[in-house]
Amino acid sequence: MTDPKTPSDPLVIAGRSFRSRLFLGTAGYPNRQVMLDALAASGTEMVTAAIRRISLAGEEESLVELIGERAHFLPNTAGCQTARDAVLTAELAREALGTSWIKLEVIGDRELLYPDVEELVRATGELVAAGFTVLPYCNDDPIVCRKLADLGAAAVMPLGAPIGSGLGICNPHMIETICNRSPVPVVLDAGIGTASEAALAMELGCAAVLLNTAVSKANDPVRMAAAMRAGVEAGRLARLAGRIPRRRHAEPSSPQLGLVGT
Amino acid sequence: MTNPSSPGAGPVPGSRPAHITVNGVREPHAAPTLAALLVARDIDPAARGIAVALDGRVVPRAAWADTPIAPGATVEIVQARPGG
Repeated sequence: MTDPKTPSDPLVIAGRSFRSRLFLGTAGYPNRQVMLDALAASGTEMVTAAIRRISLAGEEESLVELIGERAHFLPNTAGCQTARDAVLTAELAREALGTSWIKLEVIGDRELLYPDVEELVRATGELVAAGFTVLPYCNDDPIVCRKLADLGAAAVMPLGAPIGSGLGICNPHMIETICNRSPVPVVLDAGIGTASEAALAMELGCAAVLLNTAVSKANDPVRMAAAMRAGVEAGRLARLAGRIPRRRHAEPSSPQLGLVGT
Repeated sequence: MTNPSSPGAGPVPGSRPAHITVNGVREPHAAPTLAALLVARDIDPAARGIAVALDGRVVPRAAWADTPIAPGATVEIVQARPGG
């Protein structure tokens, strides 16, 4: 029997192949060793990073040195509120990290952290034209996702729930619709709180899951990282296996003939 | 972080002192190049994970040593930090 977790099921985005379908954030861990242990437990091959004004030299070990060759970097434009700021941040990220991959985040409100669609679409077009591999964080809106894909986004990353909320996937039907219609991989980004929700994302048809807070702020981040890995793998297997249709009534699985005593 | 101006690198004596803005903070215009500005702030120009923009444009690392900073310039020095 072949292992159902076949290595012939890689995730491919923009020509880069991943064995792991879990992307992990690097922020908010109790300490850096816990972060490294969580990264290892998650099996992730791509981690996110922010681009910020430099702190006083020598304050802390460089994230780049810390991660080393453990994973690819997916820098983000977190906190940017205009396409202009996001494009400059992406260009700085490309120079700082030597990657043209960018998690494009353009928010319209610092409290809600909800995407500003108009600016997001504009920035996606500009960055694609500038040769970036753009993974936009976006609303769970199939029309917006389609526009982003048509502009050349390498993947679309709809939110399951507000960033850091841990509410899970608030609109699973729409995420499933996006997955069914998207010409590019769909990465569920934001909102995941626990492993079953990561599994659900994969069952709905997502190609991968990106999360941070659910692991970094868990009581035991390393164990939760392992749980997320298992959840993503289980959800992917279930998606590939094909779930049974839902029924309104019972359907016996044991034979109905030959019952004892009748 | 203040940047003490070094003798000889600053503005012409007697003229109105020129300033630049580094990471949103106004400071005297002292360093002649981007590389000199980094060194003056104890930032190793060879360190990985940092990038520099001058007046809103990214300057490739290879050009830092030869890129002059004009009075009134705006410089952003960034680094990769933990993020989600």
